[in-house]
Amino acid sequence: MSMRTHIGLLLALLATAPAVAAADYVAIPGGVFVSALAVDGAAARIAIEPFAMRVEPVTNAEFLDFVRMHPEWQRGQVSSLFSGPQYLAAWQGPLTLGPDARPEQPVTDVSWFAARAFCASEQARLPSWYEWEYVAAADVTRRDARQDPARNQSILDAIQGSTGARPGAIGWHPADVWGVRDLNRLLWEWTGDYAAMFPNADARVPGAGASLALCGGSALAFADKNQFALMMRVAALTALKPADAAPRVGFRCVRDPPGE
Amino acid sequence: MRIPRLLLRFASLALFAPLALTASPGAAPLPDNSVYRIPALTLRDQQGDVFSFASLRGEPRLVSMFYGSCKMVCPLLIENIKRIEQAVAARGAAPLPVVLVSFDPGHDDVAMLARVAANHHLSAPLYRLTTPISGDYGALAAVLGIAYRPLPDGGYAHNTVVALLDGEGRVLATTDAAGKPAPAFVAAVVMVAAH
Repeated sequence: MSMRTHIGLLLALLATAPAVAAADYVAIPGGVFVSALAVDGAAARIAIEPFAMRVEPVTNAEFLDFVRMHPEWQRGQVSSLFSGPQYLAAWQGPLTLGPDARPEQPVTDVSWFAARAFCASEQARLPSWYEWEYVAAADVTRRDARQDPARNQSILDAIQGSTGARPGAIGWHPADVWGVRDLNRLLWEWTGDYAAMFPNADARVPGAGASLALCGGSALAFADKNQFALMMRVAALTALKPADAAPRVGFRCVRDPPGE
Repeated sequence: MRIPRLLLRFASLALFAPLALTASPGAAPLPDNSVYRIPALTLRDQQGDVFSFASLRGEPRLVSMFYGSCKMVCPLLIENIKRIEQAVAARGAAPLPVVLVSFDPGHDDVAMLARVAANHHLSAPLYRLTTPISGDYGALAAVLGIAYRPLPDGGYAHNTVVALLDGEGRVLATTDAAGKPAPAFVAAVVMVAAH
């Protein structure tokens, strides 16, 4: 392909770009919080820079628009480097949703690579684990509700009540104090750095040894032993390779503030 | 977090990468699972030379990732890569070129790369220590099975995977280079180097 056709295609893609309504993002002020994940075996205060987060997870309808505009991410065309056989498995066809994938449901069965590419297409990125956890610490009235046993139990109940099923519709629960919906109860969400939350040795390397395989005493441990829902989430995510996809794993994107 | 915002922004270029790949004249298409299919990634090495990751196609090599200010495991990683190369040489094969890519481009400039290279007595062209200047090095890490995460003290949690690539960018073998060279990995490198 000549450079001219390359540029022509690029322009054509850009020209068709604004067919989709822009997603809602809400500003999250920066702050300092104590992550449930231990650093070097102890609780650690984490500084979070301001960013903006998608109010809702990415839906099947939104992901369908994305693969329409970026055919290299359609089922059947995507490189085996970036996705496996489970990719968009609930969809009836590469461009057809179907009864198991309603337009308003969160998209799942997407690889980390695909989630990342979707976010890039709306000038965004996947959140870091800490960014996700910082926002997910909230409930309807508090920025950090993690020490409320009733709140933690209700999240756990919601997760256990839906084990194995694809996530239902978005928005059954009220938005949290940030204005963000469905972070805790509905599905697992990819984070940009999930793969470095090494549970024990790095299980993805056959024959990997233990401690020395990881830099900085970074093997995964929870400083807050009451966060069962977070433990389940980390276990679910770290079981996956970046090209894997799973029926309960979707994503949402975040953006850095303009001008940075 | 210390990831330069500019680099994150370049991630949006990812979407056009397949077009860019097919635009290179005369080259046969890459295999479906070639790591050279990742979005465009531009690197600068310890001598200041700038090149695209995809331009490494054509010759088998070892690839890993590191960060320069790492005190413990990265020096170990580099020494263990040297031990792999020595084990390969001991079996009569020519050493494969090694490319190390930093996942801390905010700190790893040419001076830092040159310092690390000097500390470990590594010289180009056999050993190229590089830092990304544009593009999506997170995708490179992911396709190689390398993972890293910034920690609050400015360091990173990361693993020490080294990948053996064939000339077309297929991952033939990986090893966790935290200890003695794994015999199976050395054997794989010898086999590739012998061709």
